[in-house]
Amino acid sequence: MSDHPGEAIISVRGIVNRFGSETVHDGLDLDVYRGEVLGIVGGSGSGKSVLLRTIVGLNRPTEGDVVVFGSDFLAMGDDKRREVEKRWGVLFQDGALFSSLTVAQNIEVPLEEFYHMPLRLMDEVAAIKIGMVGLPEDAGGKFPAQLSGGMRKRAGLARALALDPEIVFLDEPTAGLDPIAASDFDKLISDLRSSLGLTVFMVTHDLDSLFAICDRVAVLVDKKIRVGTLDQMLHDDHPWIQAYFHGPRGRAAQHAESDQRLRADSQIVAPASA
Amino acid sequence: MAPIAATLAETKDAGSVVLAAAGEWLVATAAETDRRLRALEVPAGSRVTLDLAGIDRIDTAGAWLLLRTERDLSARGNAVEIRNLQPSFAPLFDQVRAGGILAPDAHPRPAHHSLIGFVARIGEITLGLLGRAYRILGFLGLVQLTALRLISHPRRLRLTAMAAQMEQTGVNALPIVGLLSFLIGVVIAYQGAGQLRRFGAEIYTVDLLAIGILRELGVLMTAIIIAGRSGSAFTAQIGTMQVNEEVDALRTLGLDPIEVLVIPRLFGLLLTLPMLTLYANLMGLFGGCLMAWGVLGITIPQFMRELQYSISERTFWIGVFKAPFFAAVIATIGCYEGFQVSRSAESVGRLTTLSVVESIFLVIVIDAGFSIFFSVLGI
Repeated sequence: MSDHPGEAIISVRGIVNRFGSETVHDGLDLDVYRGEVLGIVGGSGSGKSVLLRTIVGLNRPTEGDVVVFGSDFLAMGDDKRREVEKRWGVLFQDGALFSSLTVAQNIEVPLEEFYHMPLRLMDEVAAIKIGMVGLPEDAGGKFPAQLSGGMRKRAGLARALALDPEIVFLDEPTAGLDPIAASDFDKLISDLRSSLGLTVFMVTHDLDSLFAICDRVAVLVDKKIRVGTLDQMLHDDHPWIQAYFHGPRGRAAQHAESDQRLRADSQIVAPASA
Repeated sequence: MAPIAATLAETKDAGSVVLAAAGEWLVATAAETDRRLRALEVPAGSRVTLDLAGIDRIDTAGAWLLLRTERDLSARGNAVEIRNLQPSFAPLFDQVRAGGILAPDAHPRPAHHSLIGFVARIGEITLGLLGRAYRILGFLGLVQLTALRLISHPRRLRLTAMAAQMEQTGVNALPIVGLLSFLIGVVIAYQGAGQLRRFGAEIYTVDLLAIGILRELGVLMTAIIIAGRSGSAFTAQIGTMQVNEEVDALRTLGLDPIEVLVIPRLFGLLLTLPMLTLYANLMGLFGGCLMAWGVLGITIPQFMRELQYSISERTFWIGVFKAPFFAAVIATIGCYEGFQVSRSAESVGRLTTLSVVESIFLVIVIDAGFSIFFSVLGI
């Protein structure tokens, strides 16, 4: 899956984002291929979140094109745009759950809005999504304020998955989680990717997530983007990228990952030989 | 996009039923397929085969519907078999089976609608109110103790903060308090004149105006405006600090939040509200005076003379006397609700509204209490 002769479901071409005199992106190109997990990294203020917001239409770029599922997203009428929006889900940093609704009702918002489902079926679908993201059964009736940060993120993911989208956008999904919760979340995303055939566009600061689940990494440097597999990026000679991956934290994450792979391999081999 | 369609064909033989699902079993078609699956009638005890060979696309909702049908039919004693599940859909089915089937109706909505629910709710609200009154009383005591301690150590009073509060709650409120009091004066004079003219007693409009505004309306209007303007600001300011953990930061720095945040607001308002009341009284009388001149032809010297006959100093003092009590209520409630804010931004809004409603309510209740008190004393 890391080789991707596949179809680009999102193509961003020549994006320029300018806020006042500040240029955040200057002629940025990026393709997202079907079925991959793409990690977006970059320093604070390098415009990772702005890029995500530009692709999902929350920020109109100063220049450039965003092509989603083969059609120009910026030139679309409202109806077509809604059709596209049904095919993706977005998880915001703190979940962005509607605070006046319970978790289950949050998940039901898009179901009710787009498909006018009977209440009982919506409850059933919401219960499945709650189970899928690993929340306990009774979480459905709780309000967002009653949940911990990690649970809010899971609930936000459940809402993003409500319509079974083809692509999910995750904005720093593991930020603010403890290491155990963060690696659980990584595992959840990679499980869902394989069972639902998701494409994942993930903005992250978390080196462990990058090594654990990303097929390709896009690094925002010098207002542009450099994309490649993790191996390619590890050998990129841009000073910032070098510092990022080969700093103390980057090194630690690499070691952790290779350890884990070894362990995982031995686990897979054992039952096969038995 | 081609129209999405999911089909379900039913073939019945003796003792066995084959359900052939085909097409696109997606969330978009789920409402329709759900209806059809629920309407399905399968003879008890027959063998059921779910044939999934014809399915082109399927998502969680579709998979759930099929798995639910399997579960429901087996629960009714049918032997159910799923056949021809395409291997590429298998992980999805596993995921849904793992996540969903255990929790079919995990979240019944809260039952407000039953009679018991209604009674329970009334009980809950009553207990909540009593609890809140108790806690507000506790807070009032805490503030009083702090205030007494500070009065005995006046050097610890934060005069700069107090002056800033007085500017915000007093000076900045002058335009709105002035305008509204002026208009109230105009309205009372106009309405009073209309009624009193019928008895040829127009001149008593001045008495009505003077007593109405000085005893009651001047101070009441000012208190209500300040509750809406400054009481809400107190809650929002302290509440925002609470959300940012600033209040906790104060505590860890060894500062008493009551001393730093509440006392300047309370003392500031205790001083400004009487002054604002005086100003509101003047503006109200001024408005009434202009109106009396315009409608009744009562000239300004006439008005002044009548004013001197009709009221004593006491009328004025009774109004102003109430102002510090109202100020204490507004500041206490405003600050108390601010401290009640939890760490969510949503609670700032909720408690700000609550603080305004509570303080206006209490201001009016206390005003009514004073009326009774004064009438018993015969003042």
